[in-house]
Amino acid sequence: MRQVAPVSIAGAPPGAPTAGKRSIAPSRSLVLKILSAAILFGAWEIAGRIPVSYAFPTFVESMAALFRLAADGTLWTAYAETLQPLVVGVTISALLGIAIGLWVGLSEFFDWLFSPIFIVMQAAPLAALIPLLVLAYGIGLTSKVLVVCIMAMPVIVLNTASAVRNTPESMKEMARAYLATDLTILLKIIIPAASPVIFAGLRLGISAGFIGAILAELKITPTGVGDIITFSRSIADYPTMYAAIFSIILLAVLFLNLLEWIEAVLFKGNQRGYVSD
Amino acid sequence: MAMSQIKPALVAVPGSDIAVSTRNITKFYGYVEALRDLSLEFPRGQLTSLLGPSGCGKTTLLKIIGGLLEPTSGEVEVNGQTVTGPGPDRAFVFQDFALLPWASVMRNVAFGLEMRGVGRSEREDIAARYIKEVGLAGFEKAYPHQLSGGMRQRVGLARALSVDAQVLLMDEPFSAVDEQTRRKFQEDLLSLVQNENKTFIFVTHSIEEAVYVSDQIAILLPRPSRVSEIIRPSNFREKGVDNIRRDPEYLDIVDQIWSSLRSYVE
Ligand SMILES: Nc1ncnc2c1ncn2[C@@H]1O[C@H](COP(=O)(O)OP(=O)(O)O)[C@@H](O)[C@H]1O
Ligand SMILES: [Mg+2]
Repeated sequence: MRQVAPVSIAGAPPGAPTAGKRSIAPSRSLVLKILSAAILFGAWEIAGRIPVSYAFPTFVESMAALFRLAADGTLWTAYAETLQPLVVGVTISALLGIAIGLWVGLSEFFDWLFSPIFIVMQAAPLAALIPLLVLAYGIGLTSKVLVVCIMAMPVIVLNTASAVRNTPESMKEMARAYLATDLTILLKIIIPAASPVIFAGLRLGISAGFIGAILAELKITPTGVGDIITFSRSIADYPTMYAAIFSIILLAVLFLNLLEWIEAVLFKGNQRGYVSD
Repeated sequence: MAMSQIKPALVAVPGSDIAVSTRNITKFYGYVEALRDLSLEFPRGQLTSLLGPSGCGKTTLLKIIGGLLEPTSGEVEVNGQTVTGPGPDRAFVFQDFALLPWASVMRNVAFGLEMRGVGRSEREDIAARYIKEVGLAGFEKAYPHQLSGGMRQRVGLARALSVDAQVLLMDEPFSAVDEQTRRKFQEDLLSLVQNENKTFIFVTHSIEEAVYVSDQIAILLPRPSRVSEIIRPSNFREKGVDNIRRDPEYLDIVDQIWSSLRSYVE
Protein backbone atom coordinates (compact mmCIF):
# COMPACT_ATOMS: atom_id res chain seq x y z
CA MET A 1 0.00 0.00 0.00
CA ARG A 2 2.90 2.24 0.70
CA GLN A 3 3.81 1.99 -2.92
CA VAL A 4 1.77 3.91 -5.41
CA ALA A 5 1.88 2.81 -9.00
CA PRO A 6 3.43 5.28 -11.39
CA VAL A 7 0.29 5.19 -13.48
CA SER A 8 -2.53 7.53 -12.70
CA ILE A 9 -5.51 5.74 -11.24
CA ALA A 10 -8.01 6.37 -13.96
CA GLY A 11 -5.44 7.04 -16.67
CA ALA A 12 -4.62 4.91 -19.65
CA PRO A 13 -3.13 1.54 -18.73
CA PRO A 14 0.47 0.89 -19.68
CA GLY A 15 -0.29 -1.76 -22.26
CA ALA A 16 -0.04 -5.18 -20.73
CA PRO A 17 1.47 -4.61 -17.33
CA THR A 18 2.03 -8.33 -16.88
CA ALA A 19 4.32 -9.05 -19.80
CA GLY A 20 8.00 -8.34 -20.01
CA LYS A 21 9.58 -9.38 -16.75
CA ARG A 22 8.20 -12.92 -16.81
CA SER A 23 9.17 -13.98 -20.29
CA ILE A 24 12.92 -13.88 -19.69
CA ALA A 25 12.79 -15.38 -16.23
CA PRO A 26 12.67 -19.09 -17.19
CA SER A 27 15.62 -18.91 -19.58
CA ARG A 28 17.68 -17.05 -17.02
CA SER A 29 16.96 -19.59 -14.32
CA LEU A 30 17.93 -22.34 -16.79
CA VAL A 31 21.26 -20.65 -17.46
CA LEU A 32 21.84 -20.36 -13.72
CA LYS A 33 21.01 -24.02 -13.22
CA ILE A 34 23.45 -25.10 -15.94
CA LEU A 35 26.10 -22.79 -14.54
CA SER A 36 25.78 -24.13 -11.02
CA ALA A 37 25.86 -27.71 -12.35
CA ALA A 38 29.03 -26.88 -14.30
CA ILE A 39 30.71 -25.44 -11.21
CA LEU A 40 29.73 -28.47 -9.15
CA PHE A 41 31.01 -30.96 -11.73
CA GLY A 42 34.20 -28.94 -12.16
CA ALA A 43 34.83 -29.04 -8.43
CA TRP A 44 34.12 -32.78 -8.42
CA GLU A 45 36.62 -33.34 -11.26
CA ILE A 46 39.31 -31.34 -9.46
CA ALA A 47 38.65 -33.08 -6.14
CA GLY A 48 38.87 -36.45 -7.92
CA ARG A 49 42.19 -35.55 -9.54
CA ILE A 50 43.93 -34.32 -6.40
CA PRO A 51 42.57 -36.88 -5.16
CA VAL A 52 40.91 -36.07 -1.83
CA SER A 53 40.63 -39.79 -1.13
CA TYR A 54 41.67 -42.93 -2.98
CA ALA A 55 37.98 -43.85 -2.89
CA PHE A 56 36.86 -40.68 -4.67
CA PRO A 57 36.81 -40.98 -8.47
CA THR A 58 36.83 -38.06 -10.86
CA PHE A 59 33.70 -36.78 -12.53
CA VAL A 60 34.83 -38.11 -15.91
CA GLU A 61 35.55 -41.59 -14.56
CA SER A 62 32.17 -41.69 -12.90
CA MET A 63 30.40 -40.61 -16.07
CA ALA A 64 32.25 -43.25 -18.03
CA ALA A 65 31.07 -45.82 -15.49
CA LEU A 66 27.56 -44.50 -15.80
CA PHE A 67 27.59 -44.95 -19.58
CA ARG A 68 28.93 -48.46 -19.13
CA LEU A 69 26.08 -49.26 -16.74
CA ALA A 70 23.59 -47.79 -19.16
CA ALA A 71 25.07 -49.54 -22.17
CA ASP A 72 25.12 -53.06 -20.71
CA GLY A 73 21.60 -52.63 -19.32
CA THR A 74 22.54 -53.00 -15.65
CA LEU A 75 21.25 -49.51 -14.90
CA TRP A 76 17.84 -50.10 -16.41
CA THR A 77 17.22 -53.40 -14.65
CA ALA A 78 18.35 -51.78 -11.41
CA TYR A 79 15.90 -48.91 -11.85
CA ALA A 80 13.09 -51.25 -12.80
CA GLU A 81 13.62 -52.63 -9.30
CA THR A 82 14.25 -49.39 -7.41
CA LEU A 83 11.46 -47.42 -9.02
CA GLN A 84 8.79 -49.81 -7.72
CA PRO A 85 8.90 -48.85 -4.04
CA LEU A 86 9.85 -45.30 -4.98
CA VAL A 87 6.93 -44.63 -7.31
CA VAL A 88 4.40 -46.48 -5.16
CA GLY A 89 5.65 -44.85 -1.97
CA VAL A 90 5.89 -41.34 -3.35
CA THR A 91 2.45 -41.58 -4.98
CA ILE A 92 0.85 -42.81 -1.77
CA SER A 93 2.68 -40.18 0.25
CA ALA A 94 1.66 -37.36 -2.05
CA LEU A 95 -2.00 -38.28 -2.43
CA LEU A 96 -2.62 -39.51 1.09
CA GLY A 97 -0.29 -36.89 2.57
CA ILE A 98 -2.12 -33.98 0.96
CA ALA A 99 -5.52 -35.45 1.77
CA ILE A 100 -4.63 -36.03 5.42
CA GLY A 101 -2.92 -32.64 5.55
CA LEU A 102 -6.05 -30.87 4.29
CA TRP A 103 -8.10 -32.74 6.84
CA VAL A 104 -5.75 -32.01 9.70
CA GLY A 105 -5.62 -28.36 8.68
CA LEU A 106 -9.37 -28.01 8.48
CA SER A 107 -10.40 -29.85 11.61
CA GLU A 108 -9.06 -29.41 15.08
CA PHE A 109 -10.13 -32.92 15.91
CA PHE A 110 -8.04 -34.47 13.16
CA ASP A 111 -5.21 -32.16 14.07
CA TRP A 112 -5.34 -33.56 17.59
CA LEU A 113 -5.64 -37.11 16.26
CA PHE A 114 -3.01 -37.16 13.52
CA SER A 115 -0.45 -34.42 14.03
CA PRO A 116 1.46 -36.21 16.81
CA ILE A 117 1.80 -39.34 14.66
CA PHE A 118 3.45 -37.43 11.86
CA ILE A 119 5.63 -35.37 14.15
CA VAL A 120 6.91 -38.59 15.71
CA MET A 121 7.33 -40.13 12.27
CA GLN A 122 9.38 -37.16 11.18
CA ALA A 123 11.59 -37.27 14.23
CA ALA A 124 12.01 -41.05 14.42
CA PRO A 125 15.41 -42.45 13.47
CA LEU A 126 14.46 -44.50 10.44
CA ALA A 127 17.46 -46.84 10.64
CA ALA A 128 16.20 -48.00 14.01
CA LEU A 129 12.71 -48.64 12.67
CA ILE A 130 13.77 -50.70 9.67
CA PRO A 131 14.39 -53.93 11.65
CA LEU A 132 10.90 -53.57 13.11
CA LEU A 133 9.37 -53.09 9.67
CA VAL A 134 11.21 -56.13 8.36
CA LEU A 135 10.02 -58.12 11.31
CA ALA A 136 6.43 -57.14 10.66
CA TYR A 137 6.28 -57.00 6.86
CA GLY A 138 9.24 -59.08 5.66
CA ILE A 139 11.87 -58.00 3.19
CA GLY A 140 9.57 -57.49 0.21
CA LEU A 141 8.10 -54.51 -1.51
CA THR A 142 5.78 -53.63 1.40
CA SER A 143 8.61 -52.82 3.77
CA LYS A 144 10.40 -50.73 1.17
CA VAL A 145 7.26 -48.79 0.30
CA LEU A 146 6.74 -48.15 3.99
CA VAL A 147 10.28 -46.80 4.34
CA VAL A 148 9.64 -44.42 1.45
CA CYS A 149 6.34 -43.33 3.02
CA ILE A 150 7.83 -42.81 6.45
CA MET A 151 10.43 -40.58 4.88
CA ALA A 152 8.14 -38.70 2.52
CA MET A 153 4.77 -38.37 4.17
CA PRO A 154 5.28 -36.42 7.40
CA VAL A 155 6.63 -33.27 5.78
CA ILE A 156 3.88 -33.36 3.15
CA VAL A 157 1.16 -33.74 5.80
CA LEU A 158 2.59 -31.15 8.16
CA ASN A 159 3.24 -28.58 5.43
CA THR A 160 -0.19 -29.02 3.93
CA ALA A 161 -1.88 -28.74 7.32
CA SER A 162 -0.05 -25.61 8.34
CA ALA A 163 -0.64 -24.00 4.96
CA VAL A 164 -4.36 -24.70 5.27
CA ARG A 165 -4.46 -23.33 8.79
CA ASN A 166 -2.70 -20.17 7.66
CA THR A 167 -5.13 -19.29 4.88
CA PRO A 168 -5.81 -15.58 5.39
CA GLU A 169 -9.07 -15.23 7.29
CA SER A 170 -10.05 -12.20 5.23
CA MET A 171 -10.07 -14.20 1.99
CA LYS A 172 -12.31 -16.87 3.46
CA GLU A 173 -14.58 -14.18 4.84
CA MET A 174 -14.70 -12.46 1.47
CA ALA A 175 -15.69 -15.74 -0.18
CA ARG A 176 -18.44 -16.29 2.38
CA ALA A 177 -19.72 -12.76 1.87
CA TYR A 178 -19.99 -13.53 -1.85
CA LEU A 179 -21.97 -16.70 -1.13
CA ALA A 180 -19.28 -19.35 -1.61
CA THR A 181 -20.10 -22.78 -0.19
CA ASP A 182 -17.67 -24.57 2.11
CA LEU A 183 -16.55 -26.79 -0.75
CA THR A 184 -15.91 -23.82 -3.04
CA ILE A 185 -13.98 -22.11 -0.28
CA LEU A 186 -11.78 -25.21 -0.01
CA LEU A 187 -11.28 -25.52 -3.76
CA LYS A 188 -11.05 -21.87 -4.78
CA ILE A 189 -9.55 -20.19 -1.74
CA ILE A 190 -7.84 -22.57 0.66
CA ILE A 191 -6.10 -24.87 -1.83
CA PRO A 192 -4.81 -22.13 -4.14
CA ALA A 193 -3.68 -20.07 -1.15
CA ALA A 194 -1.95 -23.09 0.36
CA SER A 195 -0.50 -24.44 -2.88
CA PRO A 196 2.97 -22.84 -2.65
CA VAL A 197 3.54 -24.35 0.79
CA ILE A 198 1.94 -27.65 -0.22
CA PHE A 199 4.32 -27.86 -3.17
CA ALA A 200 7.26 -26.95 -0.97
CA GLY A 201 6.23 -29.89 1.24
CA LEU A 202 5.93 -32.13 -1.81
CA ARG A 203 9.42 -31.19 -2.93
CA LEU A 204 10.89 -31.93 0.47
CA GLY A 205 8.82 -35.08 0.84
CA ILE A 206 9.72 -36.47 -2.55
CA SER A 207 13.43 -35.77 -2.02
CA ALA A 208 13.16 -37.61 1.27
CA GLY A 209 11.32 -40.41 -0.55
CA PHE A 210 14.30 -40.87 -2.88
CA ILE A 211 16.57 -41.13 0.12
CA GLY A 212 14.13 -43.61 1.65
CA ALA A 213 14.09 -45.79 -1.47
CA ILE A 214 17.90 -46.07 -1.51
CA LEU A 215 18.06 -46.50 2.24
CA ALA A 216 15.59 -49.36 2.01
CA GLU A 217 17.75 -51.07 -0.60
CA LEU A 218 20.88 -50.61 1.47
CA LYS A 219 19.34 -51.69 4.79
CA ILE A 220 16.72 -54.29 3.90
CA THR A 221 17.94 -56.28 0.92
CA PRO A 222 20.39 -55.06 -1.67
CA THR A 223 18.34 -54.75 -4.84
CA GLY A 224 18.27 -52.31 -7.71
CA VAL A 225 20.43 -49.22 -7.44
CA GLY A 226 21.19 -50.07 -3.82
CA ASP A 227 22.64 -53.36 -5.04
CA ILE A 228 24.92 -51.58 -7.53
CA ILE A 229 26.13 -49.31 -4.74
CA THR A 230 26.71 -52.14 -2.26
CA PHE A 231 28.33 -54.48 -4.77
CA SER A 232 30.64 -51.96 -6.43
CA ARG A 233 31.81 -50.75 -3.04
CA SER A 234 32.59 -54.31 -1.97
CA ILE A 235 34.87 -54.75 -4.99
CA ALA A 236 36.28 -51.20 -4.66
CA ASP A 237 34.83 -50.14 -8.03
CA TYR A 238 34.31 -46.60 -6.86
CA PRO A 239 33.51 -44.98 -10.23
CA THR A 240 30.55 -47.34 -10.60
CA MET A 241 29.42 -46.68 -7.05
CA TYR A 242 29.48 -42.93 -7.62
CA ALA A 243 27.81 -43.37 -10.99
CA ALA A 244 24.89 -45.10 -9.28
CA ILE A 245 24.65 -42.44 -6.59
CA PHE A 246 24.88 -39.73 -9.23
CA SER A 247 22.11 -41.32 -11.29
CA ILE A 248 19.67 -41.33 -8.39
CA ILE A 249 20.43 -37.69 -7.58
CA LEU A 250 19.99 -36.79 -11.23
CA LEU A 251 16.65 -38.56 -11.28
CA ALA A 252 15.55 -36.71 -8.14
CA VAL A 253 16.56 -33.36 -9.62
CA LEU A 254 14.74 -34.07 -12.87
CA PHE A 255 11.67 -35.14 -10.96
CA LEU A 256 11.68 -32.02 -8.80
CA ASN A 257 11.93 -29.90 -11.92
CA LEU A 258 8.94 -31.73 -13.34
CA LEU A 259 7.07 -30.98 -10.12
CA GLU A 260 7.98 -27.31 -10.38
CA TRP A 261 6.64 -27.27 -13.90
CA ILE A 262 3.39 -28.94 -12.80
CA GLU A 263 2.99 -26.32 -10.09
CA ALA A 264 3.58 -23.52 -12.57
CA VAL A 265 0.93 -24.93 -14.90
CA LEU A 266 -1.63 -25.64 -12.19
CA PHE A 267 -1.26 -22.47 -10.16
CA LYS A 268 -0.12 -19.87 -12.61
CA GLY A 269 -0.93 -16.75 -10.63
CA ASN A 270 0.76 -17.88 -7.46
CA GLN A 271 4.21 -17.01 -8.71
CA ARG A 272 3.06 -13.50 -9.18
CA GLY A 273 3.55 -12.76 -5.56
CA TYR A 274 1.20 -12.00 -2.77
CA VAL A 275 -0.52 -8.76 -2.10
CA SER A 276 1.32 -7.76 0.97
CA ASP A 277 0.20 -5.00 3.32
CA MET B 1 -31.18 25.11 11.92
CA ALA B 2 -29.47 23.84 8.84
CA MET B 3 -29.47 20.23 9.86
CA SER B 4 -31.81 18.01 11.64
CA GLN B 5 -30.20 16.38 14.57
CA ILE B 6 -31.95 13.53 16.18
CA LYS B 7 -31.30 11.78 19.42
CA PRO B 8 -31.15 8.03 19.08
CA ALA B 9 -34.75 7.39 19.80
CA LEU B 10 -36.96 5.77 17.24
CA VAL B 11 -37.05 8.04 14.25
CA ALA B 12 -39.21 8.06 11.22
CA VAL B 13 -36.95 8.93 8.35
CA PRO B 14 -38.65 11.60 6.30
CA GLY B 15 -39.67 10.68 2.79
CA SER B 16 -38.04 7.30 2.33
CA ASP B 17 -38.47 3.71 3.31
CA ILE B 18 -36.08 1.57 5.27
CA ALA B 19 -33.83 -0.91 3.46
CA VAL B 20 -31.95 -2.26 6.44
CA SER B 21 -32.74 -2.13 10.10
CA THR B 22 -30.92 -3.54 13.08
CA ARG B 23 -32.93 -4.25 16.22
CA ASN B 24 -31.47 -4.42 19.68
CA ILE B 25 -28.20 -5.93 18.51
CA THR B 26 -25.91 -7.10 21.26
CA LYS B 27 -22.62 -8.76 20.49
CA PHE B 28 -20.21 -10.35 22.91
CA TYR B 29 -16.77 -11.62 21.97
CA GLY B 30 -16.21 -13.86 24.96
CA TYR B 31 -16.50 -11.40 27.80
CA VAL B 32 -15.93 -8.35 25.62
CA GLU B 33 -19.15 -6.56 24.86
CA ALA B 34 -18.62 -5.08 21.42
CA LEU B 35 -22.18 -3.87 20.86
CA ARG B 36 -25.00 -3.26 23.32
CA ASP B 37 -28.65 -3.08 22.37
CA LEU B 38 -28.00 -1.25 19.14
CA SER B 39 -30.94 -0.25 16.95
CA LEU B 40 -30.51 1.66 13.76
CA GLU B 41 -32.35 2.17 10.50
CA PHE B 42 -30.84 2.63 7.08
CA PRO B 43 -33.00 4.46 4.53
CA ARG B 44 -33.17 3.00 1.04
CA GLY B 45 -31.13 4.65 -1.69
CA GLN B 46 -29.09 6.64 0.78
CA LEU B 47 -25.65 6.48 2.26
CA THR B 48 -25.43 6.01 6.00
CA SER B 49 -22.08 6.30 7.72
CA LEU B 50 -21.12 4.51 10.88
CA LEU B 51 -18.67 6.88 12.46
CA GLY B 52 -16.72 6.38 15.63
CA PRO B 53 -13.31 5.87 17.17
CA SER B 54 -11.61 2.57 16.43
CA GLY B 55 -12.65 -0.32 18.61
CA CYS B 56 -16.20 0.93 19.04
CA GLY B 57 -17.71 -1.92 17.06
CA LYS B 58 -18.21 -0.50 13.56
CA THR B 59 -16.75 -3.51 11.78
CA THR B 60 -18.63 -5.83 14.10
CA LEU B 61 -21.93 -4.16 13.25
CA LEU B 62 -21.19 -4.20 9.53
CA LYS B 63 -20.30 -7.90 9.60
CA ILE B 64 -23.47 -8.67 11.51
CA ILE B 65 -25.48 -6.85 8.84
CA GLY B 66 -23.52 -8.74 6.21
CA GLY B 67 -24.38 -12.05 7.87
CA LEU B 68 -20.71 -12.85 8.44
CA LEU B 69 -21.12 -12.67 12.22
CA GLU B 70 -24.02 -13.70 14.37
CA PRO B 71 -25.24 -11.25 16.95
CA THR B 72 -25.45 -12.54 20.51
CA SER B 73 -28.98 -11.20 20.55
CA GLY B 74 -31.13 -8.97 18.39
CA GLU B 75 -31.76 -9.17 14.69
CA VAL B 76 -31.10 -7.56 11.36
CA GLU B 77 -33.73 -7.11 8.68
CA VAL B 78 -32.97 -6.43 5.05
CA ASN B 79 -36.04 -5.54 3.03
CA GLY B 80 -38.18 -6.87 5.84
CA GLN B 81 -36.46 -10.24 5.91
CA THR B 82 -34.43 -11.40 8.87
CA VAL B 83 -30.77 -11.96 8.07
CA THR B 84 -29.46 -15.44 8.81
CA GLY B 85 -26.25 -15.31 6.80
CA PRO B 86 -24.68 -13.71 3.74
CA GLY B 87 -27.18 -13.13 0.97
CA PRO B 88 -27.42 -11.92 -2.62
CA ASP B 89 -29.01 -8.69 -1.45
CA ARG B 90 -25.79 -7.49 0.19
CA ALA B 91 -22.26 -7.01 -1.15
CA PHE B 92 -19.17 -6.27 0.90
CA VAL B 93 -16.20 -3.99 0.29
CA PHE B 94 -13.37 -4.83 2.65
CA GLN B 95 -10.92 -2.59 4.41
CA ASP B 96 -7.98 -4.76 3.34
CA PHE B 97 -9.48 -5.30 -0.14
CA ALA B 98 -9.50 -9.12 0.28
CA LEU B 99 -8.49 -9.76 -3.33
CA LEU B 100 -7.26 -13.15 -4.46
CA PRO B 101 -3.57 -12.62 -5.21
CA TRP B 102 -3.43 -15.47 -7.71
CA ALA B 103 -6.37 -14.20 -9.72
CA SER B 104 -6.38 -11.49 -12.36
CA VAL B 105 -8.41 -8.32 -11.95
CA MET B 106 -11.01 -9.90 -14.23
CA ARG B 107 -11.33 -13.04 -12.12
CA ASN B 108 -11.38 -11.06 -8.89
CA VAL B 109 -14.15 -8.78 -10.11
CA ALA B 110 -16.12 -11.72 -11.49
CA PHE B 111 -15.67 -13.76 -8.31
CA GLY B 112 -19.07 -12.87 -6.84
CA LEU B 113 -20.80 -13.74 -10.10
CA GLU B 114 -18.82 -16.97 -10.32
CA MET B 115 -20.09 -17.94 -6.86
CA ARG B 116 -23.62 -17.20 -8.04
CA GLY B 117 -23.19 -19.66 -10.87
CA VAL B 118 -23.17 -17.10 -13.69
CA GLY B 119 -21.57 -18.59 -16.80
CA ARG B 120 -18.09 -17.55 -17.72
CA SER B 121 -18.68 -15.39 -20.77
CA GLU B 122 -21.65 -13.65 -19.19
CA ARG B 123 -19.85 -12.89 -15.96
CA GLU B 124 -16.80 -11.62 -17.80
CA ASP B 125 -18.98 -9.28 -19.82
CA ILE B 126 -20.54 -7.91 -16.66
CA ALA B 127 -17.19 -7.70 -14.88
CA ALA B 128 -15.60 -5.91 -17.83
CA ARG B 129 -18.34 -3.30 -17.68
CA TYR B 130 -17.71 -2.59 -14.00
CA ILE B 131 -13.93 -2.68 -14.39
CA LYS B 132 -14.43 0.09 -16.91
CA GLU B 133 -16.84 1.92 -14.67
CA VAL B 134 -14.33 2.10 -11.83
CA GLY B 135 -11.66 3.31 -14.22
CA LEU B 136 -9.54 0.18 -14.56
CA ALA B 137 -10.14 -0.58 -18.24
CA GLY B 138 -7.00 -2.16 -19.66
CA PHE B 139 -6.01 -3.76 -16.36
CA GLU B 140 -8.25 -6.80 -16.74
CA LYS B 141 -5.29 -9.17 -16.97
CA ALA B 142 -3.18 -7.50 -14.28
CA TYR B 143 -2.67 -9.16 -10.90
CA PRO B 144 -3.39 -7.40 -7.60
CA HIS B 145 0.27 -7.02 -6.63
CA GLN B 146 0.81 -4.99 -9.78
CA LEU B 147 -1.75 -2.41 -8.69
CA SER B 148 -1.52 0.47 -6.26
CA GLY B 149 -3.66 0.45 -3.13
CA GLY B 150 -6.20 2.74 -4.70
CA MET B 151 -6.51 0.54 -7.76
CA ARG B 152 -6.88 -2.56 -5.60
CA GLN B 153 -9.79 -1.00 -3.80
CA ARG B 154 -11.34 -0.13 -7.15
CA VAL B 155 -11.18 -3.85 -7.93
CA GLY B 156 -12.92 -4.54 -4.62
CA LEU B 157 -15.55 -1.96 -5.48
CA ALA B 158 -16.10 -3.37 -8.97
CA ARG B 159 -16.54 -6.83 -7.44
CA ALA B 160 -19.20 -5.50 -5.09
CA LEU B 161 -21.00 -3.56 -7.83
CA SER B 162 -20.99 -6.39 -10.33
CA VAL B 163 -23.19 -8.67 -8.22
CA ASP B 164 -25.81 -5.93 -8.28
CA ALA B 165 -26.79 -6.22 -4.64
CA GLN B 166 -29.21 -3.66 -3.26
CA VAL B 167 -27.14 -2.99 -0.18
CA LEU B 168 -23.44 -2.14 -0.28
CA LEU B 169 -21.50 -2.64 2.94
CA MET B 170 -18.21 -0.77 2.95
CA ASP B 171 -15.76 -1.18 5.81
CA GLU B 172 -13.38 1.79 5.85
CA PRO B 173 -12.82 1.23 2.16
CA PHE B 174 -10.61 4.27 1.72
CA SER B 175 -8.60 4.12 4.92
CA ALA B 176 -5.72 2.29 3.28
CA VAL B 177 -5.30 4.61 0.30
CA ASP B 178 -3.42 7.86 0.11
CA GLU B 179 -5.11 11.20 0.68
CA GLN B 180 -5.39 12.32 -2.96
CA THR B 181 -6.80 9.00 -4.08
CA ARG B 182 -9.18 9.05 -1.17
CA ARG B 183 -10.62 12.43 -2.19
CA LYS B 184 -11.18 11.15 -5.69
CA PHE B 185 -12.86 8.07 -4.23
CA GLN B 186 -15.14 10.20 -2.11
CA GLU B 187 -16.26 12.21 -5.12
CA ASP B 188 -16.83 9.02 -7.08
CA LEU B 189 -18.79 7.59 -4.20
CA LEU B 190 -21.13 10.58 -4.22
CA SER B 191 -21.96 10.09 -7.87
CA LEU B 192 -22.31 6.36 -7.29
CA VAL B 193 -24.91 6.99 -4.59
CA GLN B 194 -26.75 9.30 -6.97
CA ASN B 195 -26.66 7.09 -10.00
CA GLU B 196 -27.09 3.62 -8.53
CA ASN B 197 -30.27 3.05 -6.66
CA LYS B 198 -28.53 1.26 -3.83
CA THR B 199 -28.35 1.57 -0.09
CA PHE B 200 -24.85 2.25 1.16
CA ILE B 201 -23.63 1.49 4.66
CA PHE B 202 -20.26 3.05 5.02
CA VAL B 203 -17.90 2.63 7.95
CA THR B 204 -15.33 5.31 8.58
CA HIS B 205 -13.34 6.81 11.40
CA SER B 206 -12.86 10.08 9.54
CA ILE B 207 -15.26 12.83 10.53
CA GLU B 208 -14.65 14.85 7.36
CA GLU B 209 -15.17 11.81 5.19
CA ALA B 210 -18.43 10.93 6.91
CA VAL B 211 -19.81 14.42 6.60
CA TYR B 212 -18.69 14.70 3.01
CA VAL B 213 -20.30 11.52 1.70
CA SER B 214 -23.26 10.80 3.99
CA ASP B 215 -26.97 11.36 3.86
CA GLN B 216 -27.10 10.14 7.43
CA ILE B 217 -24.36 9.73 10.02
CA ALA B 218 -24.69 7.42 12.99
CA ILE B 219 -22.14 8.26 15.63
CA LEU B 220 -21.06 5.24 17.64
CA LEU B 221 -19.41 5.54 21.00
CA PRO B 222 -17.45 2.88 22.80
CA ARG B 223 -17.78 1.46 26.31
CA PRO B 224 -20.54 0.56 26.20
CA SER B 225 -20.98 0.68 22.47
CA ARG B 226 -24.08 2.54 21.40
CA VAL B 227 -25.43 5.01 18.88
CA SER B 228 -24.96 8.39 20.48
CA GLU B 229 -26.58 10.50 17.80
CA ILE B 230 -27.81 10.50 14.26
CA ILE B 231 -27.08 13.45 12.05
CA ARG B 232 -28.64 14.14 8.67
CA PRO B 233 -26.78 16.80 6.73
CA SER B 234 -29.47 18.46 4.68
CA ASN B 235 -28.66 20.80 1.89
CA PHE B 236 -25.02 21.29 1.04
CA ARG B 237 -24.95 18.24 -1.24
CA GLU B 238 -26.75 20.10 -4.02
CA LYS B 239 -24.15 22.82 -4.20
CA GLY B 240 -21.75 20.60 -6.12
CA VAL B 241 -18.77 18.52 -5.02
CA ASP B 242 -16.36 21.43 -5.29
CA ASN B 243 -18.21 23.52 -2.74
CA ILE B 244 -19.01 21.00 -0.07
CA ARG B 245 -15.83 21.41 1.92
CA ARG B 246 -16.33 25.19 2.21
CA ASP B 247 -19.97 25.05 3.04
CA PRO B 248 -20.78 26.50 6.47
CA GLU B 249 -23.13 23.65 7.28
CA TYR B 250 -20.42 21.12 6.39
CA LEU B 251 -17.96 22.87 8.68
CA ASP B 252 -20.50 23.18 11.47
CA ILE B 253 -21.32 19.51 11.40
CA VAL B 254 -17.66 18.54 11.41
CA ASP B 255 -17.12 20.76 14.44
CA GLN B 256 -20.15 19.51 16.22
CA ILE B 257 -19.19 15.86 15.74
CA TRP B 258 -15.70 16.54 16.93
CA SER B 259 -16.95 18.18 20.09
CA SER B 260 -19.11 15.18 20.90
CA LEU B 261 -16.33 12.70 20.12
CA ARG B 262 -13.34 14.45 21.67
CA SER B 263 -14.03 13.27 25.19
CA TYR B 264 -13.80 9.64 24.00
CA VAL B 265 -10.40 10.00 22.40
CA GLU B 266 -7.46 9.42 24.66
N1 LIG C 1 -12.74 -11.62 16.74
C1 LIG C 1 -12.73 -10.89 17.86
N2 LIG C 1 -12.48 -11.47 19.07
C2 LIG C 1 -12.49 -10.75 20.20
N3 LIG C 1 -12.71 -9.44 20.26
C3 LIG C 1 -12.95 -8.78 19.11
C4 LIG C 1 -12.97 -9.48 17.85
N4 LIG C 1 -13.24 -8.59 16.88
C5 LIG C 1 -13.38 -7.40 17.50
N5 LIG C 1 -13.21 -7.50 18.84
C6 LIG C 1 -13.34 -6.42 19.82
O1 LIG C 1 -14.59 -5.81 19.66
C7 LIG C 1 -14.47 -4.42 19.69
C8 LIG C 1 -15.02 -3.81 18.43
O2 LIG C 1 -14.20 -4.18 17.35
P1 LIG C 1 -14.46 -3.68 15.86
O3 LIG C 1 -15.84 -4.00 15.49
O4 LIG C 1 -13.39 -4.23 15.00
O5 LIG C 1 -14.28 -2.11 16.02
P2 LIG C 1 -14.03 -0.99 14.91
O6 LIG C 1 -14.29 -1.58 13.57
O7 LIG C 1 -14.97 0.10 15.27
O8 LIG C 1 -12.62 -0.53 15.05
C9 LIG C 1 -13.01 -4.10 19.95
O9 LIG C 1 -12.84 -3.83 21.31
C10 LIG C 1 -12.30 -5.36 19.56
O10 LIG C 1 -11.16 -5.53 20.36
MG1 LIG D 1 -12.94 -1.72 11.91
